[in-house]
Amino acid sequence: MKAAAFLLPLAVWCLVSYCPYVWHPMVKVTDQGGSAFLRPGTLIEKPAFAEENGRLQTAGKPVAKGDPANPIFLPAPHEVGKALYTAFTTEPIRRGDPWLHESLWHSIKIIFWGFLSAAVVGVPIGVLCGTFGFFARITEPFVDFIRYMPAPAFGALAVAIMGISDAPKIAIIFIGTFFQMVLVVANTTRMLDASLLEAAQVLGAKPRRLLSHVIVPGILPNLYNDMRILLGWAWTYLIVAELIGASSGISYFINQQGKYRHYDNVYAGIILIGLIGLTTDQLLAFFAPKIFPWMPGAAGKRSSITVFFAGIVAFIGSPRSERILSRPRTSADLHETRAQGTAPTRRPIDMAAQEKGSDVDVRIA
Amino acid sequence: MYGSLELPNYLDPPLAVRERFDRIGQRPTVMEVQNLGRVFETRTGDVTALNDINFEVRRREFICVIGQSGCGKSTLIRILAGLDYPTSGQILLDGKEVHGPGPDRGMVFQGYTLFPWLTVKRNVMFGLLAKGESSHKAEIDARMWLNMVGLSQFADAYPHQLSGGMKQRVAIARALANQPRILLMDEPFGALDAQTRCQMQNYLLQIWSAVDVTVLFITHDLDEAIYLADRIIVLGARPGHIREIINVPLLRPRTRETLLDPYFLATKSRVEALIHPPEEEKAEELHFPRLVHVNDSIM
Repeated sequence: MKAAAFLLPLAVWCLVSYCPYVWHPMVKVTDQGGSAFLRPGTLIEKPAFAEENGRLQTAGKPVAKGDPANPIFLPAPHEVGKALYTAFTTEPIRRGDPWLHESLWHSIKIIFWGFLSAAVVGVPIGVLCGTFGFFARITEPFVDFIRYMPAPAFGALAVAIMGISDAPKIAIIFIGTFFQMVLVVANTTRMLDASLLEAAQVLGAKPRRLLSHVIVPGILPNLYNDMRILLGWAWTYLIVAELIGASSGISYFINQQGKYRHYDNVYAGIILIGLIGLTTDQLLAFFAPKIFPWMPGAAGKRSSITVFFAGIVAFIGSPRSERILSRPRTSADLHETRAQGTAPTRRPIDMAAQEKGSDVDVRIA
Repeated sequence: MYGSLELPNYLDPPLAVRERFDRIGQRPTVMEVQNLGRVFETRTGDVTALNDINFEVRRREFICVIGQSGCGKSTLIRILAGLDYPTSGQILLDGKEVHGPGPDRGMVFQGYTLFPWLTVKRNVMFGLLAKGESSHKAEIDARMWLNMVGLSQFADAYPHQLSGGMKQRVAIARALANQPRILLMDEPFGALDAQTRCQMQNYLLQIWSAVDVTVLFITHDLDEAIYLADRIIVLGARPGHIREIINVPLLRPRTRETLLDPYFLATKSRVEALIHPPEEEKAEELHFPRLVHVNDSIM
């Protein structure tokens, strides 16, 4: 089924590339005839070609011949397929430029360090925000504020502070994922079934044990899925990150090939990014049930692609006001749910308050 | 409700039952609830959920709390467990006032609150480890309790692999492993089907008779309450208050035939009358649009 998802776009691409008259707006000249400026191999738009032939006919010269062709920015699948192979084997045009595999490896390293540093800091802060209402109130407004600033906007600053090496690129990935991560992880933490916390409290677990033995293991499977989605975001920031300072990595390769008008290589580069992303995601999905054997039907059963698109659809479909992925419930919200007589489904797990007993919801059975 | 039946007076049980209650009355008090009240503040004004609740629970007694929905059953048990707080009055456990949740009061919830990431055995060990027991000793204890609820062969299974009844047995084992002074059960069998429910009631009675534990059990099922309890606390609604505390005039051990005992029926009739007082029974008449035309009357 997963392969079928790729077959349809590929079929469309083949149709457009190999069936003349589906699109083919250009003519590739094979015989210049009597024309003064057409050369074999030149790509020219159909109307211009017809006009030139008309002029040649009236002048009594032999007409030019050519085959319908697609613009240069749409190479056929087989050309891109070949480029995928040759891009690795061809020496870089400019001496000193990295080979493709070196560029790729460089990109992967930047993603790795950027994402790892964001996760090392972001996950604990997110968990704390989701657990302690107080912590969320002093952190999340500011995080929300930064989250709306596009990460590339920090590019110039990052270069000024950290030079033109890899550091500013890692910083861009960090900025791009860290702030989203705090909010997403905080939200995931809040979704943990509150009755599990109550059960643990009744069994004698104190707040620190609740955090380490209930909240953290309880949210792990969802946290894992969050990380999978956030890793995808890190890749989208990669392209911008690599263009600041001294460009490097896969985006440098793509840009250079674009300048040489080697669009087959450009496609190859883009497809490579997709393949790497898909492969890591599928690997993570594959390992999920092995890491979390307690999940009924195992965590990775929903395909990564469905999870991702379901997320996007839910995000776009939600009203703007709800798009702020998570925010602490205000006391007004709580009162509203109280008045309606239902327990709030998502509330900050305010353990300090719960101990004092000031933030307990109404349940009259 | 059993108008045509000649029912004995539930307040006048046979001698053996009266002697048993005398013996229970001589046991030490485990939990004492004094003038307990709970008021919720809402935007539309204060709502009194519980008002002036007083009762005491003797050691190894089995108490059922019953009442119609909205009478504050769950609020009461959550306060007893320390998950909610009273706005007036106090709770004494072995004579000492208690605040907040603690391992001295075990609780079994209606929803299955087993930790899904832990095996059955590790779930039972949770409270023991929180208490600071070594993992070796906790494991031996956990196996003992799992054996008691008849689930030793599922020690290494995960909760999602168990049926609802088995999950609640694990939850009972988990709560008992802490050796609480009192076991609070909040409609623990409410989500189970009738047959499993019946099995679980018998299981619970067996466990209770074998372990030194006092049980406070919330239910909305009359049969369940009378079948299980030594005493039934009947709550009335708006505000939640105690209508009556009934000594169940039935001897133990009880079997399914107990459900047909005249004293059982007499008690049930009384509890029914308390929960659904006649003046409230007149339901508002509903006017249905006549959507279907039939000639026969179902009466």
